[in-house]
Amino acid sequence: MANSVITLDNVSFRYPDAGRDALSGVSLSIESGSFIAVLGHNGSGKSTLAKLLNAILVPTEGTVTVKGMDTRDEENLLNVRRTVGMVFQNPDNQIVASVVEDDVAFAPENLGLPPAEIRRRVDEALKRVGMYEYRHNAPHLLSGGQKQRVAIAGVLAMQPEILVLDEPTAMLDPSGRRDVLRTISDLRAATGVTVVLITHHMDECIDADRLLVVSDGKLALDGTPKAVFSQVEQMRSFGLDVPATTETLYDLRAAGADVPLGALSDTDAADVIVRWLEEKIHQ
Amino acid sequence: MLKDITLGQYFPGNTVVHRLDPRTKLVAVVLYIAALFTADNASATALVLLTLVFCVALSHIRPKALFKGLKPLIVIVILTAVLNLFYSDGNVICSFWVLRITDNGIRRAVLMVLRILLLVCGTFLLTYTTSPLQLTDGLEQLLSPLKKVRFPVHELAMMMSIALRFIPTLIEETDKIMSAQKARGADFDSGSLVRRAKALLPILVPLFVSAFRRADELATAMECRCYSGGEGRTRMKVLHMGRNDYLALAFWAAVLAGSIVLTRYGL
Amino acid sequence: MPDIRLESVRCVYSAGTPFEKVALDNIDLSIPAGQYAALLGHTGSGKSTLIKHLNGLLKPAAGRVLLGEEDIHRSKEALRAVRFRVGLVFQYPEYQLFEETVYRDIAFGPKNMGLNEQEVDEHVRFGAKFAGVDESLFAASPLDLSGGQKRRIAIAGVMAMKPEVLVLDEPMAGLDPAGCREILANIAEYHRSTGSTVVLVTHDMDIAAENAERLIVMRRGKIALDGAPEEIFIHAAELREMGLGIPGAASLAEELRARGVAVPQGVYTPQALAAALLARKEAGAC
Repeated sequence: MANSVITLDNVSFRYPDAGRDALSGVSLSIESGSFIAVLGHNGSGKSTLAKLLNAILVPTEGTVTVKGMDTRDEENLLNVRRTVGMVFQNPDNQIVASVVEDDVAFAPENLGLPPAEIRRRVDEALKRVGMYEYRHNAPHLLSGGQKQRVAIAGVLAMQPEILVLDEPTAMLDPSGRRDVLRTISDLRAATGVTVVLITHHMDECIDADRLLVVSDGKLALDGTPKAVFSQVEQMRSFGLDVPATTETLYDLRAAGADVPLGALSDTDAADVIVRWLEEKIHQ
Repeated sequence: MLKDITLGQYFPGNTVVHRLDPRTKLVAVVLYIAALFTADNASATALVLLTLVFCVALSHIRPKALFKGLKPLIVIVILTAVLNLFYSDGNVICSFWVLRITDNGIRRAVLMVLRILLLVCGTFLLTYTTSPLQLTDGLEQLLSPLKKVRFPVHELAMMMSIALRFIPTLIEETDKIMSAQKARGADFDSGSLVRRAKALLPILVPLFVSAFRRADELATAMECRCYSGGEGRTRMKVLHMGRNDYLALAFWAAVLAGSIVLTRYGL
Repeated sequence: MPDIRLESVRCVYSAGTPFEKVALDNIDLSIPAGQYAALLGHTGSGKSTLIKHLNGLLKPAAGRVLLGEEDIHRSKEALRAVRFRVGLVFQYPEYQLFEETVYRDIAFGPKNMGLNEQEVDEHVRFGAKFAGVDESLFAASPLDLSGGQKRRIAIAGVMAMKPEVLVLDEPMAGLDPAGCREILANIAEYHRSTGSTVVLVTHDMDIAAENAERLIVMRRGKIALDGAPEEIFIHAAELREMGLGIPGAASLAEELRARGVAVPQGVYTPQALAAALLARKEAGAC
């Protein structure tokens, strides 16, 4: 594909001493500028998938190519990592420095950029995530959502083309989660960065262009969120939920009502239900 | 509560003291300590005390914060006072049982206690007004000549700054684990010394496990942000010695000289 | 089984400093024996502080905490006994595991109760059964197990004290939907078969609605809302303003009402909403 930024070709990965593959036979192409959500139960292999995208892990079989660079090639390592920025679940364990702006400066410092350029990138990254006013604060005094936004800024300062977020909201409360998700969507709007969001909260996937479901180390479903969530029984068999809207429609269908399953938002679902109710009355 | 420990804490600010180059402050602290240990009489000690008070005033650090930091040292301070009070020769002022208090003893006790307090307050002032990162930066720069003899200066500085960054996190975690074990009936406050030491196991084991997990995750996160050692690394905040820095160094050199002169010729 | 009661409980952090914060502001709350209550609120609303008062980890600055008719702080011995009667499972409890084997970790609480070996054994098996820890894991090191298994072992460690009141702070945090359902089923089973009181702290409105018979919503150290789920979800705007929101199905029901579809109040699960809509369709067809 012409504008694909990351390509996985028949990728398998097995941890040393493990009896079976954590990920097996995954082929995938990620398009530039897209928003991809990855859902999966604990231990499904979705975190392994994330780590393969920026050469924290390299495949035991198959190839991962980032902008034409094979991740197994040691020489590409730094370039792969600055192209694919990675944010992890626990914000506490990825903040290196005791002052917010010093932490954001960490990556550009590692890249050996001149001080003025580092300063420019740090300020820009902090403004992008809405944490500029907190630049002199100590990270441990921030809320979980704020810490996670600092972590995102710390990665943005590398000016990556792809942002991979591995369960960034798993440890946050609802408002922290909303903050982080809003930050991600603002970022996409402002910079067109490609986003790969790994999660097990189905409601975080609704706005994605494409939803991948990973189960038992395999790519089980791949499609638009509407198409994927419509497969209610399959989602349940993977230990996952579907949104309350889909579930309501599914229950209606189970009782014999003829309603389509695709609607995810309240407005869309209400449209479908109202239409169905009226149909019945007019008969 | 454990959270109240202020060791290694930094109070952000924008005073003259905060703005000084960390290298200046580190050298100044060395000069200060030298002056403190040279001072062996009232006038010289008073000089050091006054300069510290002057610096604290400049830094806008509330004296209360300094005193709070002294709390854990109370035992050492009292011990020092007692030892010096009773075990010094000199003219006996009063005595009971085998204990004698001499004029020299009183003088030494006061001096030693003051020395400890001033030593601690001075170093606290350094850590309160200098962010840990600046501090390690300063140290790294000051020690950089040692790189020539293959001394891992950068690695040490990085380890120090990460340790400082994680102190509050680990203290908070200790609090949490303690609460959790108390909720399962753990008793940390009664029983013999051995029993109490044993009771710490349910805190220490999870704390270590968690510290290793954090270290592992942090290492991965650092790698993801292109960290590959000190080679080729630049800094956002380049240290810069300004007029105030040279003035401060001259000032502290003068204090040291003053302390030497006063001790030799003073009261 | 005793009731648990808070009388004008007040808690202040960092009293006398510029950082002074009133965490609990004259809380009056009574949780009758055998109730399944959910405690909700934004981070910093005081809910974590409140649960630490239930087993005496924190002592109120003013007011009393009563278990049955007795003040839990009346003596040091009484307080220690309360720790076993009110079991508290903290957030991410798997990080408190420390023993070499699963069995010994679960036995930590019962041993602290001063039971003999046989009783300890019986308690351990009891806790393991309710928390869904298979006995084949007893000899394993807890550190070698998966996150979900560790979580269940930690919960077993508290259930093994056979507490009359079981308080859990976000026991589902970080688990996938299947893991959540399993833990919730375990808690429900403990509640049902022992008749104990359960207080579940959560952010998740869907989970609160589906499991608890009573919802207590806290805001800024006070109890903002308190009642059965259907009474609470009427205050949708207020809940959203508190950063909590309402269950997905309740939100869809609200949207339908706004469009003139008469969905009854008190509908907050997809099943109930589907049933209400089907009933309406039948009525419309007639």
